[in-house]
Amino acid sequence: MNRPTLRSGTAPAAPAPSALHTQAARNLEFIRSAMERASEFTAVPGWGGIAMGSTALVAAALSGGARRSGWWLQLWLAEAVVASSLGAAAMVLKAMRSGTTLAALPARRFALAFLPAVVSGAVLTFALRGEPRLLPGCWLLLYGTAVASAGALSVRPVWLMGMLLMALGVVALVVAPAGGDAFMAAGFGGVQILFGAIIARKHGG
Amino acid sequence: VARRTASASLKAGRTPETRPATRSTLGLDRLIHERLRLGIVSALAVNEHLSFADLKALLQTTDGNLSVHARKLEEADYIACRKTVVAGASRSEYRLTAGGRRALEKYLAHMEAIIAATKAPS
Repeated sequence: MNRPTLRSGTAPAAPAPSALHTQAARNLEFIRSAMERASEFTAVPGWGGIAMGSTALVAAALSGGARRSGWWLQLWLAEAVVASSLGAAAMVLKAMRSGTTLAALPARRFALAFLPAVVSGAVLTFALRGEPRLLPGCWLLLYGTAVASAGALSVRPVWLMGMLLMALGVVALVVAPAGGDAFMAAGFGGVQILFGAIIARKHGG
Repeated sequence: VARRTASASLKAGRTPETRPATRSTLGLDRLIHERLRLGIVSALAVNEHLSFADLKALLQTTDGNLSVHARKLEEADYIACRKTVVAGASRSEYRLTAGGRRALEKYLAHMEAIIAATKAPS
């Protein structure tokens, strides 16, 4: 705190109004910052991310370039269902372990930020089902958007993971649409496993 | 009231350093004015409850420090603690009481009043 200066031969000076003003403003900023940090959604599951990434690697290995067949799409849709279930279960477990609830405001805000891009992804999947080469980039871009949007309300690695997935999606769509499975493995597999490990290590599992 | 108190204290030249008492500078509630306790109360104001581990991580403090300050807030009935056993491990969960929320609101109003009062002369 700024203290009033002492002048020789005089009593201690009264605190300058500007110093009190500054201190009060700092206190308000401290309260705001503490509230913001406490509002972060911290139940993003690191171990769940690793499990989700692992299922994506398995799916990428199984798909074997069979993108022209309907089987390819069914395989990845099934993977999405399995991965989502694993992620949701891991999130519930992490929330329970840390004494929070998914009905609390931070979790609701996280879901509201996450879901629009996921719904857009589902609609585009239906619309582009005849153009499977566009789907990997589209999925990565929209899943990355969902993660980055929700990540703004959570711990920093979640936002970074979303941005990286978006970047991979852009590359997959624009630069190399033929390398779909490799991008799926790198994004839904590698990136999720990497950031899952970071979140598990630094943010409580 | 807060603004009048702030203005009057300003005229009297009081600061936290010159007026040691339970009500500190400008009539502020000293219990809540301390940084860690202010952090605890602020964090609990936006969560129904937080565990000891959550608070420790959020406020980046030690077990001992957090325990001491949380106990002071408990004694003042600003926060309430509920102890549970989860998977064999003891767990403390804190929540803000109505009195604690009022104290925080009063503190916020006081800070805003100080800002308004110190802006007024210029």
